[in-house]
Amino acid sequence: MSQRITIDPITRLEGHGKIEIFLNDAGDVERAFLQVPELRGFEQFAVGRPVEEMPRITPRICGVCPTAHHMASTKCVDAVFHVEPTPTARKIRELIYNTFMMEDHTLHFFFLGGPDFVVGPQAPAAERNILGVLGKVGLEIGGQVIRVRRECREIINYFGGKVIHPVCGLPGGVSKGLDEEHRVKFLETARYAVEFARFALKIFDDVVLKNKQYVDLVVGDAYKLTTYYMGLVDEKNKVNFYDGLIRVVDPEGKEFAKFKPADYLEHVAEHVEPWSYIKFPYLKKIGWKGFIEGKETSIYRVAPLARLNASDGMATPLAQQEYERMYQVLGGKPAHNTLAFHWARLIEALQAAEAMVTLLEDKEITSPDIRRIPTETPTEGVGVVEAPRGTLFHHYKTDERGLVTEANLIVATVNNSAAITMSIEKAAKAFIKGGKVSEGLLNLAEMAFRPYDPCHACGTHALPGDMPLVINIYNSRRELVEQLRRE
Amino acid sequence: MSKPKVAFYWCASCGGCEEAVVDLAEDILKVVEAVDIVFWPVALDFKKKDVEAMADGSIAVSFINGSVRLSEQEEMVRLLRRKSQLVVAFGSCSHLGGIPGLANFWNRETIFRRAYFTTPSTVNPDGVVPQEKVIVEGKELTLPEFFDTVRALDQVIDVDYYLPGCAPPRQLILNAVGAILEGKLPPKGAVLSPNKSLCDDCDRNKTKPEKLTIKEFKRPWEIFLDPEKCFLAQGVICMGPATRTGCEERCIEANMPCRGCFGPTDQVYDQGAKFLSALASLIDSKDEKEIEKIVQTIADPAGTFYRFSLPKSILGRRKMEAIK
Repeated sequence: MSQRITIDPITRLEGHGKIEIFLNDAGDVERAFLQVPELRGFEQFAVGRPVEEMPRITPRICGVCPTAHHMASTKCVDAVFHVEPTPTARKIRELIYNTFMMEDHTLHFFFLGGPDFVVGPQAPAAERNILGVLGKVGLEIGGQVIRVRRECREIINYFGGKVIHPVCGLPGGVSKGLDEEHRVKFLETARYAVEFARFALKIFDDVVLKNKQYVDLVVGDAYKLTTYYMGLVDEKNKVNFYDGLIRVVDPEGKEFAKFKPADYLEHVAEHVEPWSYIKFPYLKKIGWKGFIEGKETSIYRVAPLARLNASDGMATPLAQQEYERMYQVLGGKPAHNTLAFHWARLIEALQAAEAMVTLLEDKEITSPDIRRIPTETPTEGVGVVEAPRGTLFHHYKTDERGLVTEANLIVATVNNSAAITMSIEKAAKAFIKGGKVSEGLLNLAEMAFRPYDPCHACGTHALPGDMPLVINIYNSRRELVEQLRRE
Repeated sequence: MSKPKVAFYWCASCGGCEEAVVDLAEDILKVVEAVDIVFWPVALDFKKKDVEAMADGSIAVSFINGSVRLSEQEEMVRLLRRKSQLVVAFGSCSHLGGIPGLANFWNRETIFRRAYFTTPSTVNPDGVVPQEKVIVEGKELTLPEFFDTVRALDQVIDVDYYLPGCAPPRQLILNAVGAILEGKLPPKGAVLSPNKSLCDDCDRNKTKPEKLTIKEFKRPWEIFLDPEKCFLAQGVICMGPATRTGCEERCIEANMPCRGCFGPTDQVYDQGAKFLSALASLIDSKDEKEIEKIVQTIADPAGTFYRFSLPKSILGRRKMEAIK
């Protein structure tokens, strides 16, 4: 009897998502699909809007990472107007952006990714959440998690007005500057953030790396996927979240391409499938090869581990030490171990925190010179940042009044859409055999998509309770045979 | 006595409203203690079937965010309405249609054409379009229907209260939850934020000249924005006069003008029309030609005055025949 397994809904992937797993007559996995039953049409309704309003419109694509959209959009508007932000404005933007990376990444670890390791993949579902983490590492740490999130979000609030949908980006600068009083205050937060990020890495060390069973899981085959990798790098090929060139490395780690964001259309293309509203990006020069991994693939991955794979190192000293150590343990670069995204995420949080300190120690950040008024006729531009969940592309064309005539967006998680589908299929194939579907599958399937940090990370484990996972098994007549759920 | 049952659901939204709930931080734990959350797709285990199995009216309150874009969302909110004593439209999208409501300038066909054909990164030689039902290698996969028109929540089901904002601010959420738990609710249909305009609360109001007049509108990118002065007095469109207060002027605090996410006050149905009438009184000319010239300096009036409220406006949507 062939079977169908539905996991609906899973947590956010820039919207809603569901997983369909099909078993063959022998009860082994034949195919798995990640479907995204969601589309809102931003690229179409951008048309006619004043381009400087796009940084206030596009954050509504995602309320979890609105700062990423706001920043990509603001940079895109700079490009449309052919204007560069003033040095101070650029520093303020980088400060906002690194602060955002820091808080988003560490929160992911404690609320979402961490529970699998800190509490344990085999722990009862009811304990695999933030409360379980606190039970293991101590309650005072819970207070620190809340504090670091609140203080970082205060920095974004100060400039952006609202941390959920900030508003401060304008072509050539930002709308609000920094005074000395707040610089001193925020510098304290930044220093605390560095301590906190180091401390999070220490927890990862103590809990994961000192446990052979976990290390085996991280380096094991079920969670390995061989693909290309993409990320922004600075002039020294170091990881950069705000700006730089886009670098792609092949499955062996050799540089495959390095290009300006404005040239993205030569390198990236999106494939359409009839069974999902989400598209599937791939490397254009190779062409769409389907959902395959290995040397023949044209699928690339983005987000923390992908950025580290695509770079020659971290841009800050403490993060660089951690980078070297990670690749030592994983056996060299590139690392294809999907679970190592969690580790890379903490290393990136440390770089972001170190960058916050550097930016805030520089008094030029309090200069009132925060805007450069555009003087050229607006035309066309591309803006790219590294969102926590990967490379984020905004591309607008306008008429001479600066009203949008065309918009194209490739959203961070979308870059990973094919890889997430494949990771789920691979884990499902490894763990479902002979039609046996156990409670363990639920968490193992979950662990295959969680490293990509599907969007609504924090809410998932924030409360006592479980991941929204229900698996329905239907027979070939689509009658419900069995339902598995996490109680 | 058992704790009141509470449900959260999201329709076409960004997750920002859910994030606003998570941002309650320590306070959310108090809320969680006081209620029994029976349904919350992003945070808790759930099945539509479980909601179907509940007795009608057994959920004390459902907080629903997002506009209604897909058939699945319509089915879900109808179900929740039946099972709930109270429904609160949570956030701008649910209240007014929100930013996704700007899609009502277009329709399904034009949105699909853009997403799956004309975007420059899309490569689609076979003309594939996502289907509501499709067989892939003998396996049937389904997707919900994508409607032509985006609707606010009360255009689909009866709504008891509205919590405005994109996203609603912390204090308003806590006030609303407190009022529900204590049973101290205003009359049905109320918007749970003070019924006065943003200008009434805005610090910059004192810089507004007694007789404010405008000769030319400026876009925010064109000038150095004065951090103290009323935006309209600088010639920059600010939706304050047509927008309800309660947001703590968060955008203005960041030195950017209001875009109207709280919607209008009780006395006004159509926020855009209200703004237009406010604007008409500010234009400094009696000459028809000059007035026209001044109005021409407003970029995208429809998309600005109805930034958050197109589905709930008297316009509702654009007539697509008019484009062709």
